[in-house]
Amino acid sequence: MDTYYHPHDLGKFADMGKGNKNLWDKFMSYYTAVFAEAALTEREKALIALGVAHAVQCPYCIDAYSQACLEKGSNTEEMTEAVHVACAIRGGASLVHGVQMRNVVEKLSM
Amino acid sequence: MAPTLQARNSPLDSSDEQLKLLAATKSCSPFHAKMEQAGLAPLHGTGISVFQINVGKLCNQTCRHCHVDAGPDRKEQMARDTAELCIKALATTGIPTVDITGGAPELNPNFRWLVEQSRALGRHVIDRCNLTVLLVPSQEDLPEFLARHQVEMIASLPYFRPAQTDAQRGEGVFDKSVHALQELNKVGYGADGSGLILNLVYNPVGAFLPPTQEAMEAQFKRELATRYGVTFNHLYTITNMPISRFLEFLVESGNYEGYMQRLANAFNPAAAAGVMCRYTLSVGWDGTLYDCDFNQMLDLPVDFGAPRHIRDFDAAQLHTRRIVIGNHCYGCTAGAGSSCGGATY
Repeated sequence: MDTYYHPHDLGKFADMGKGNKNLWDKFMSYYTAVFAEAALTEREKALIALGVAHAVQCPYCIDAYSQACLEKGSNTEEMTEAVHVACAIRGGASLVHGVQMRNVVEKLSM
Repeated sequence: MAPTLQARNSPLDSSDEQLKLLAATKSCSPFHAKMEQAGLAPLHGTGISVFQINVGKLCNQTCRHCHVDAGPDRKEQMARDTAELCIKALATTGIPTVDITGGAPELNPNFRWLVEQSRALGRHVIDRCNLTVLLVPSQEDLPEFLARHQVEMIASLPYFRPAQTDAQRGEGVFDKSVHALQELNKVGYGADGSGLILNLVYNPVGAFLPPTQEAMEAQFKRELATRYGVTFNHLYTITNMPISRFLEFLVESGNYEGYMQRLANAFNPAAAAGVMCRYTLSVGWDGTLYDCDFNQMLDLPVDFGAPRHIRDFDAAQLHTRRIVIGNHCYGCTAGAGSSCGGATY
């Protein structure tokens, strides 16, 4: 079955450098620095990335950071909690906009 | 407990089948070509510092990743006369370390004799232990025996949680392993200043690479101390080799090509330069000589003119022998590298 996203396309990510090598190099340099061990461990950063991958619903990032989390020593329970954090923030972001709804209703209603 | 490949008459019980599958890998270039590119071919030994004896395939567990296809039904066991040849050969050398493995090596009737003889020769002895064997009724005095002979313990514990450990090693293995670790701690293993070394081995519970050794060790120490009061010295992270039962898992789960690609993409020339076969001699249960325990399980004995049996042991010929390599060797050269002593780089 044909799909819009193909797992093997992740391997072509570096092709983005063909359009503008300078910007690609800057991005990769920044990306590498972001994920290096610093105040947060590489393992913690991979868990954050996994949560964000689910929030932005990027299939490539989900594939890459599910594997990365395992390879940094995380377990399914920790990874599931990271996804729930993403879910809670996404859900909460919708719900908190209910305040806007209530403001509008309040203004319009008698 | 799952039966061994041999008990199931699996085609992968045959080392020829495994080698055929490995040679036909599509997702990576042949290992020898990678080594040539890295300027490491042909690969030669640098001098034997570890004399590894695999005393047989008998084990009280059948772990899903086992590269030996060990289990309770296996009959291959090193006999006393072969063990005597090992000690005789060892005595002619200054090789400092004797590394005893299996199966569960402790179940071999000659295990304790080998430990005593090696110690009498002044050699450092390592026991590669699956932990649960310490709870087998006939082995209750084993912790005291090992402590008395100052044997370094290298014990398998793939994760600090029950679910992951049991998924790989069998139902209930985690709880028994923790109990065994507590028994080892009781006789002084893993305690500061005791001189009794207890190292643990992490290996991935699935088709992925191991984490950084240092980071994982810190996590293991924190979790095992907090939850179970267990202490140990170091954690070794070991990559699963694409052979035997782990190979079966890779094929059946559709992960084989992806895993090989992962290993090959992570090829690290520095790790390749430090692979354990360069300083190890591996002796099989029947006395055949190999470059490593993995080659042993693939029936790839030493070659290129080196003596092939312990009865013909000749240190001068074996120290710098040319090493036999194949696509399975990608398992030792990926990332931070992998060896019986963990990461190599």
